[in-house]
This record gives sequence, C-alpha cells and structure tokens, in this order.
Amino acid sequence: MTATTEAQQAYTSDEMMSIAAARVLGNGQRCFVGIGLPSTAANLARRTHAPDLVLIYESGTLGSKPDRLPASIGDGILAETADAVISVPEVFNYWLQPGRIDVGFLGAAQLDKFGNINTTVIGDDYANPKVRLPGAGGAPEIAASCREVFVVVRQSKRSFVDKVDFVTSVGHGSGKGDRERLGLRGAGPTLVITDLGILRPDPETSELVLSQLHEGVEVEQVREATGWDLKVSPQLSRTEAPTEAELATLRALKEAGK
Amino acid sequence: MAEIVSLAEGVGRLVHDGDVVALEGFTHLIPHAAGQEIIRQRRRDLTLVRMTPDIVYDQLIGAGCARKLIFSWGGNPGVGSLHRFRDAVQNGWPVPLEIEEHSHAGMANRYVAGASGLPFAVLRGYSGTDLPKHTDTIKQITCPFTGEQLAAVPALNPDVSIIHAQRADRAGNVQIWGLVGVQKEAVLAAKRSLVTVEEVVDELEPVAGQTILPSWAVTCVAEVPHGAHPSYAQGYYDRDNAYYEHWDSIGRKRDSFEDWLRAKVFDMEVTEK
Repeated sequence: MTATTEAQQAYTSDEMMSIAAARVLGNGQRCFVGIGLPSTAANLARRTHAPDLVLIYESGTLGSKPDRLPASIGDGILAETADAVISVPEVFNYWLQPGRIDVGFLGAAQLDKFGNINTTVIGDDYANPKVRLPGAGGAPEIAASCREVFVVVRQSKRSFVDKVDFVTSVGHGSGKGDRERLGLRGAGPTLVITDLGILRPDPETSELVLSQLHEGVEVEQVREATGWDLKVSPQLSRTEAPTEAELATLRALKEAGK
Repeated sequence: MAEIVSLAEGVGRLVHDGDVVALEGFTHLIPHAAGQEIIRQRRRDLTLVRMTPDIVYDQLIGAGCARKLIFSWGGNPGVGSLHRFRDAVQNGWPVPLEIEEHSHAGMANRYVAGASGLPFAVLRGYSGTDLPKHTDTIKQITCPFTGEQLAAVPALNPDVSIIHAQRADRAGNVQIWGLVGVQKEAVLAAKRSLVTVEEVVDELEPVAGQTILPSWAVTCVAEVPHGAHPSYAQGYYDRDNAYYEHWDSIGRKRDSFEDWLRAKVFDMEVTEK
C-alpha cells in the first residue's frame, strides 16, 4: 500500500510503520533492540529525534552507534561502535535481568489480543508443528524484564490472532493482573506498532485496542487485518504522515545497510 | 597444555560418535570449518548444543550427524529459516531430530553453571511461557532466603566444545576479541575443547577488550585460516552476508543441499598447513 503526504511524497506502509515506531522512542532511553523491524526503527530514532538513545543488542553490545542498518544481531559494526562489548551471559544477567533497560523492542511472528508473542511453532502440536519458527532467542526475558515492551509487527489476520499457538514471550497473559501473578517485573507490551496503526492495552482489561490510525488507513481495514474482534479506543487519533526528513533518513540508513 | 594439531586430527581425536558437542560463537567467530570437518569424518548421533544453530548446524543436521539439538534460536540471521533444521523437525529428514529448547538467557546460564562447576543455574526466566511444558530441563525453584519463585536450569557440560578465535601463540594460549558471546563459558564447561584460530603467532600482541584462554584450559588448538567463514573474524575479515542469503537457496531443497555436501565438504581436501 502507498499513501501520499501533503507534500505529495509517496511512502510505503512499511516506512510509515518504521517511522511511527521510531517516534515512540525517547531520547536517552536504554533500548534492547531485536533485529529486523525493531532495529530499523531504533536506528532511525537515533538518527533523528533521539541521538542519545542507547542501543543494546543481545550479541553483547552496549551503546552501539552504527551509521548503517546492521545486517544481523552480531554485525561487526555494532561491536566496533559500542561503548562496551560484553559477554552474552553478562547481557542477560547484569543488564537485562535487574531491570536496567527501559524499552524492549521486539518483533513477532504471531501476536494475540493480550500481546503475547509466538516465535516458536505454528499449529497446536509442538511435536508436529505446521511451521517450525526460529524459537525464543532473547525475547522471553526481554519481555519479562524490560520496564516496558514495544512490539513492531506487520498486521494481518494470520499474525494477529485471538490466542497464540505457543506463548514464547508473555505479554499480558490472559488479562489484567497476570503479569503480577507470574512475577514479571516490567509493564509488558505498552505499544504495538503496525503498518496500519498503533494498539495499546486497555487499562481495565489489558486487551489490545486500536488507539491510533496511520494516515490514509480506515478502522475497518485494521479490523479486517485482526483475528479477534478488535475494539477501538474512544480517543482514537491519527498518526502524522512521515516528514521528508524522516523518510530521507530512513532510506539513507537502508541504502547504506545494503 | 594445549596441543597444536591439524583440524582433521583435532576433530578426529576429540569428537566421538554419540558425544554432546557445542560449537559456539555468537554470529561472530562461528567455527564453520570445524563443523564441516565433523561432517567429513561422518560423526553420528551427536547431541549438538548451540544458542543459535545458524548455518553451521543446518549443515550438520542436514548431513545426518545429529540426533538431538539443544538451542535457543534456530534461524538464518537476517535472512529467514534454516531449512535443513526445519526439515529435520517437521519431517525427520535425514534422521529424526529431538529438540531441547531454551531461551538465550537460559542457555547462557546453563553454560555459566557448567563453567562454574555447579549443577544448575538460577534466573528470572520462562515464567508464563509455554517452554517449560515441553522442555524438562526448565524447573521452578524457591529462593531459600526470600521465598521468591525463580527458574532453574541444569548445567551444560559438553563432552567437547569447539570455538574459533583470532590467534594463538605456539604454546597454545588463545586470544579473542570483539563479540565474545559464550565462548569462554563453553570451553570452561566442557570436558575437552578444540579452538580453531586464524593464525598461530610467536607472540600475542595485546588487543583492547581481549579475552585470553590460557593454554592449560584448552585441549587442542588448530590453525584454520578463514575458519569462521561465512561468519567473520574481527580484525581479519567481514561477515559474508551474501553467503548467508545464498545458503537459503542451497539449504532449501534436499538435492541442492546434497550437491553442496558432495562438492564442498566430501570432495574437498582438508586445507591445513
């Protein structure tokens, strides 16, 4: 899908998603970055409004400052530009586990209405899956221990389901109060940024509701791309279209990363 | 003291059928050449341990060397799926593959416990996930001081751990820098260890942020230039991202994989000095 800004500059829905995701990161925040869409957004934020965003990658880099998009979680540029390079046990035990990281920035293969994430198997039978996905990686503990979690994911009926086939990383479990009951210390997913809009958990139920629509997208479109009966926030707002500067920076980062 | 050997001799002496084998290196310094030597020597029934199986285990699994995989993230980083791994899990080809699945934090702590001479590690992890339902090496434990519920995972003590490093000296002291992953823990947790290095030098010049594994903590060292390719060795060569994409086309089909296996593994002479 393409939309058009007032400046008549075309952009893709993926670009809108990356830019919307970048905007929610605050300058100076410490962000644990998953590879792919989250990494694109985090690097864009650092190159635009949040130059002091601290990027932490599970491969063992604190404060990476790459000038192009890293090709993988362990791309050499992440180590070469980092404030510190540390071992993997140290990443998880000293930096993540005690709650030193503000935002965990994750992707998802499948996400449900309580923000639980599946990256393990598609299908009901773990032993005989329809599709074997890569698995957990760092995500379960990132989702548990970061102060809050932002999820960046393309929205479709296939990926946005009523209940995930496998809980790899806990969002809000089966509803309000579940995280406390499970002893999870972070707030869990507070934002889900998609190519269509932004979802936030309802403060009463923790169910994800549509709270923001990207420019050119209608509510019905989002509901059609959701596998549960999506509720819409009474305070539904519109995402501002990408600025020329945001688009130019995003495209330059991607080009340099090729 | 570590003995300096050829790659073929190191694998031949240290890796046996049925062993628990860990090849570590977190994106950086993945010991690919050693993995292919294990295939070439036709080892079988291995339990392969690795946080991120990556291409190196896609090759070993596709070649039928493994009966079990202990891991935490099995994808082709930046590209997509590991097709040989998926084919083994979904279809049992070429042999059925049992899996024991953890998170990165769990795996890292299992190595730490192994290196520390402890039977298990404690962490805040897995709570509320479906992993403990399928992985019996994840248990709950109550803190004896605070009463808190925490996760316990057993130590990993591989029969042999294999890592790749930048350099060793002639006495077998090993020098590593850049992303060090869990390599030190994997070596210290193992009963035996093989370190492949880019080069063996007379003297190890200090490098900022280096890790040293003293010769007496390593079993064998083998000089294998380019031994991490398509992974990378900081200070020597970059990650071959194009190869990771190319692997997708090789690994996707059984016959293209078998062609690769014949041409690039079995028909290749061992490159050694």
